Amino acid sequence: MSEVAYPGTSPEGSSKLPSPPGRGGSAVDPHARQVRKFRMQDLFFHQITLLFAFIVLAALAGILISLAIEARPALRQFGVAFLWTDVWSVPDDEFGALSAIYGTVVTSIIALAIAVPVSFGIALFLTETCPVWLRRPLGTAIELLAGVPSIIYGIWGLFVFAPLFSEHVQPFLQAAVGDTPIISGWFAGPPIGIGILTAGIVLSLMVIPFVASVMRDVFETVPPELKESAYSFGCTTWEVVTNIVLPYTRVGVIGGIMLGLGRALGETMAVTFVIGNANRIVGSLFAPGTSIASTLANEFGEADPGLHSSSLFALGLVLFVITFIVLAISQWLIRRGIAKQGK
Amino acid sequence: MSAPHTAADGDAILEVRDLNFFYGDFRGLTDVSLDVAKSRVTAFIGPSGCGKSTLLRTFNRMYDLYPGQRAEGQINFHGDNLLDRKQDVNLVRAKIGMVFQKPTPFPMTIYENIAFGVRLYEKMPKSEMDDRVEWALRKAAIWEETKDKLQQSGLSLSGGQQQRLCIARTIAVKPEIVLLDEPTSALDPISTAKIEELINELKADYTIAIVTHNMQQAARISDFTAFMYLGELIEFGKTDTLFIKPRQKQTEDYITGRFG
Repeated sequence: MSEVAYPGTSPEGSSKLPSPPGRGGSAVDPHARQVRKFRMQDLFFHQITLLFAFIVLAALAGILISLAIEARPALRQFGVAFLWTDVWSVPDDEFGALSAIYGTVVTSIIALAIAVPVSFGIALFLTETCPVWLRRPLGTAIELLAGVPSIIYGIWGLFVFAPLFSEHVQPFLQAAVGDTPIISGWFAGPPIGIGILTAGIVLSLMVIPFVASVMRDVFETVPPELKESAYSFGCTTWEVVTNIVLPYTRVGVIGGIMLGLGRALGETMAVTFVIGNANRIVGSLFAPGTSIASTLANEFGEADPGLHSSSLFALGLVLFVITFIVLAISQWLIRRGIAKQGK
Repeated sequence: MSAPHTAADGDAILEVRDLNFFYGDFRGLTDVSLDVAKSRVTAFIGPSGCGKSTLLRTFNRMYDLYPGQRAEGQINFHGDNLLDRKQDVNLVRAKIGMVFQKPTPFPMTIYENIAFGVRLYEKMPKSEMDDRVEWALRKAAIWEETKDKLQQSGLSLSGGQQQRLCIARTIAVKPEIVLLDEPTSALDPISTAKIEELINELKADYTIAIVTHNMQQAARISDFTAFMYLGELIEFGKTDTLFIKPRQKQTEDYITGRFG
């Protein structure tokens, strides 16, 4: 043992330390001094970490306040109707957020609809059934995919994916759905390659590595004994996954999906490349549209101060609020999940 | 080292013959042969790393989950070799249940913990399932403590209760053999005593194979004891005989605390 007495060590431990005879009379107990020093360190550490945490809060509040201030003229002009007006006309100084909200939400839904099942499959394969030699290379590949800059996805989407998509996939989809009511409307219109669906698919590719690696990490936290217990009942891998692994990791899985959703909602560059940037709402997923982030990226540079730029700030505020709502819902889902488990 | 490896009395439910086990290139078990007697408690003792858990895990082919682990030899169960590749592992595991060292309640309610395994093999109306759950919890001597909170999470129970819940859910599927892998090593003495009592009651209906680090425990609860060392079965026989008059020097050294 060293000479240092840590706060909380047993009295037996400290009594082994050489203590001066006549404790009360001597100047300062070295032991006590040491403890005081530790207490100071703790206090200092506590304050520092508090400060760091506070910086985050301050930044959050700052962003929210500045967005609100800049958005005020637009919100005063258009009121809450800003949210459900689908006109976005710079010449007429008429602005509404609906088409951008629509594009943001629909592309994100498409992205998640594709990314969640695929990521789930990837994560399950990596943790449950993948041969050991393949595990690392595959895991690394997925992490590398997460590191590809979004502009690369944008360029690839515009110059490689969109032409292929318009030539081979879109006509095929149209033929496949034929005249089915409702669904045929989703795939109506000229197959030009870029549009809402393309943006959603490119987004899903960008989101998959994030969701998959979070899912893999949380699946790995399931204690092997727990899985063995389920296997010891003669469960198949599928039964173990649905009954044990998923309930055990529900919180983490939801967290991973929400991380992906957050990324999809806010993704700017790649979406700007492939969404078509048309400020209107058309029922077809083949039609070009716009998203909040891509509208901001496209127009901020040339927006005149005044109603146009204020409306862009208002759009930013809307995106902020949407992200906040998504977070709140995920928290609620997580809490409900825990309650349901009866913890 | 030609100790007689088969039990003297009772019908053998498992006949282990020339069993060798490999972790990759490492040989974990060497030529193990013994009989596990029906409706008796067979204990496996020996120092850490002697292969007793490994042996237990061959009985339900748990090693199948891990690539690189393999077993050679025979474990006959109702005339079939369990190690046969064609053997349906899931079916084997339905008949040979296992309880692990750490309590492993599933992340679901107490009721569901029991019903889960039953549902895998039997379809039954709710009322019948209720009865089965109660039966299993009673059998595992945990009904009184849980009857008012069946809808709470299994994780809300104490460690000892969790382990009895795990035993309850194992016997709920009515297996023939229950494998216990150091079931009390993570528990306090009172919980341990309860589990030992439970094992004593269960042996009327089930065959029990238990791995334990605690020699007194083996002496208290088992009918037969196998002493293993470095992957080999050193001595196997009636518990009384093995503890009072061990034939092998190594067994004597171990049970008198001279090594291990």
